[in-house]
Amino acid sequence: MTQLPDGRYVDDAPYDPQISIQQLERQDLDAPNWLLVWRKFRQHKLGLISGIFLLLSYLMLPFAGFFAPYGANERHEEHLFSPPQLVRFFHEGEFLGPYIYPMTAEANLETFQWEFKPDYSNPSRLRFFCKGTEYKLAGLIPSKRHLFCAAEGQTIFLWGSDRLGRDVFSRILYGAQLSLTVGLIGITVSFVLGIGFGSLAGYFGGTIDWVVNRVIEILRSLPELPLWLALSAAVPSNWSPVAVFFIISIILGILDWPGLARSVRAKFLSLREEEFVRAAEMMGASSGRVIQKHLLPNFMSHLIASATLSIPAMILGETALSFLGLGLRAPAVSWGVMLNDAQNLASVDIYPWIAIPMLPIVVVVLAFNFLGDGLRDSLDPYQS
Amino acid sequence: MQILRYAVYRFGTMLLTLLVVSVLVFVIINLPPGDYLSNQIAELQATGQTAGVAKIQFLRQEFALDEPLWKQYLIWVGFYPGPHGFSGLIQGNLGWSFYNSQPVAEIVGSKLWATVALNVAVVLFIYAIAVPLGVVAAARSRTWIDYTSSFIGYLGLATPNFLLALILYYYGRKYIGLPIGGLMDPDFEGQPLSWDKIKSVLLHLIVPTFVIGTAGVASMMQRLRANMLDELGKPYVETAVAKGMAPSRMLAKYPLRVAFNPFVADIGNLLPTLISGSVIISVIMSLPTIGPDLLTALKTQDQFLAGFVLMFVALLTLIGTMISDVLLIMLDPRIRYEGREA
Repeated sequence: MTQLPDGRYVDDAPYDPQISIQQLERQDLDAPNWLLVWRKFRQHKLGLISGIFLLLSYLMLPFAGFFAPYGANERHEEHLFSPPQLVRFFHEGEFLGPYIYPMTAEANLETFQWEFKPDYSNPSRLRFFCKGTEYKLAGLIPSKRHLFCAAEGQTIFLWGSDRLGRDVFSRILYGAQLSLTVGLIGITVSFVLGIGFGSLAGYFGGTIDWVVNRVIEILRSLPELPLWLALSAAVPSNWSPVAVFFIISIILGILDWPGLARSVRAKFLSLREEEFVRAAEMMGASSGRVIQKHLLPNFMSHLIASATLSIPAMILGETALSFLGLGLRAPAVSWGVMLNDAQNLASVDIYPWIAIPMLPIVVVVLAFNFLGDGLRDSLDPYQS
Repeated sequence: MQILRYAVYRFGTMLLTLLVVSVLVFVIINLPPGDYLSNQIAELQATGQTAGVAKIQFLRQEFALDEPLWKQYLIWVGFYPGPHGFSGLIQGNLGWSFYNSQPVAEIVGSKLWATVALNVAVVLFIYAIAVPLGVVAAARSRTWIDYTSSFIGYLGLATPNFLLALILYYYGRKYIGLPIGGLMDPDFEGQPLSWDKIKSVLLHLIVPTFVIGTAGVASMMQRLRANMLDELGKPYVETAVAKGMAPSRMLAKYPLRVAFNPFVADIGNLLPTLISGSVIISVIMSLPTIGPDLLTALKTQDQFLAGFVLMFVALLTLIGTMISDVLLIMLDPRIRYEGREA
């Protein structure tokens, strides 16, 4: 530190005024786009956690049978409306490993309810990788192994059992298979329709644009749910659950595309005037090639972000339809079908755990929202 | 004058849209194979009661269900003479409900007003909550007010509203003593309008309004906050602050006014979701709106009832959108729809 004659202090270290201009902003200027997006996305903690959670949930789907202690429609006649059982580790100050207290059911002849009393003197350890009911791993490989189950002759209902004595926890895992994939199939349908019609309207303009615009306007001005109801009421009741499931997700997708088509069209209108599009056209590229190779990649990432934000609406839609009895029906297991039991306020009052399926719904929908927000913020890595 | 011309033009397009919607509704209603009456005939024949079949055959002719579909549509709307001359929707004949053996007009009559009243209440609720909250969240951005309100907003978007209804009913009953279900106490049913009756209706409206409105409040609040934040960074706000204007007055007078335009335009987007919400909520809360009727009509293929309810719901939405478009022009004289195409 030296003091100048006018009294200012100046750092002795050599100073090069050019350095801030010459310095690279990042070490790897040639880093691909996805890497930049990933770096920015990583800073969005909530979005990152949500993304990991959703990834794990979807990876779990084929193995739901392994993680669930029971089959989806396996009944325990002795344990109707059994309350949730807590997994404990310490019995009277002594470490036992994961165990539960066995439940004994007693009929109360005054209230005509089953009363469940845990037997505190007799802890029973959980078994791991045990044999139970048969299921199919990923729908292909038959297997009997379960991650955990109760000791012989005991039951384990982590989140209680429902009115037919079926394990709520297992059913939530099985229900995820349908409830989570509804959104994916629906968004695929909506994507194909939305990009198709949106790019036709935006690229060619004129009459096609006018027609597509009117269709979008009409579809958007109609309330969704009554339309869903009407369309799903049209599904014949003798169809198999799988067919009904596909039709429901397609219906959800068919009514979702106008929003997507509108944003695709707006993007096309602005991008169509760019030089690179004109150059491609001059070189004789067909309009299909221009759309696919030059226009779509420009905003594919935005489309993915907006798709992430519209999946939750579909999950909620399936839940609402099944809840009202117009979506998936009984032998099929989805979160909405499970909540159908919770329609009755009196039974929710006595057996609050039958409303548990709403927790995964809320969590998954929130996660999709956070993930979508995170993606949207980080998709333009060149913007600070 | 220009506004009036625009309103007339907008009304015309609304009628056209309604016409397209009616075709759409008719097609959807007729998608399931068979109709209510043919199902009845099959059932009667299966159980060997042939006496009733003649009556149902008569009903089929009476309501032109034996005609080809396109003719049925024209008769239903009232463009083509049915068995009793021109009498369709445009002539004011809403049709016959086979399931209830009653004219549709009698079934839905009073419920139409309840539906409109409920939706108006919800729109008012949304504005009353979302506007102050959005403004405060923007003015005090990145403080606890902002974070709490956005957290509640996210939660409101994520909870299916029928579940919210169940939860609120349960806890509202348990701790505050709010009434469950219906739009008024059964004692007031059919009574003349009195102060107590209005009070009872208002008390019963609390939970439904809240439940249907939550999602709307959440999305509207977030959008208003974003709009306000954009406006708050502009130089005119700085000027106003530098002049020494009181912050609340400044907020209301300049940025809010600008940020508000997209809001009025938003009614058009808001209404379809609201009405969707009110249909499903009415089923769960057994409100006397047309929601529950729609559900049973769809399940039993009671086609005239289902068709009319769908048409009414669409009409409500279209009228709302039209009003919002006209309001927008009055609020912001810069918007001129005629010149937009050029």
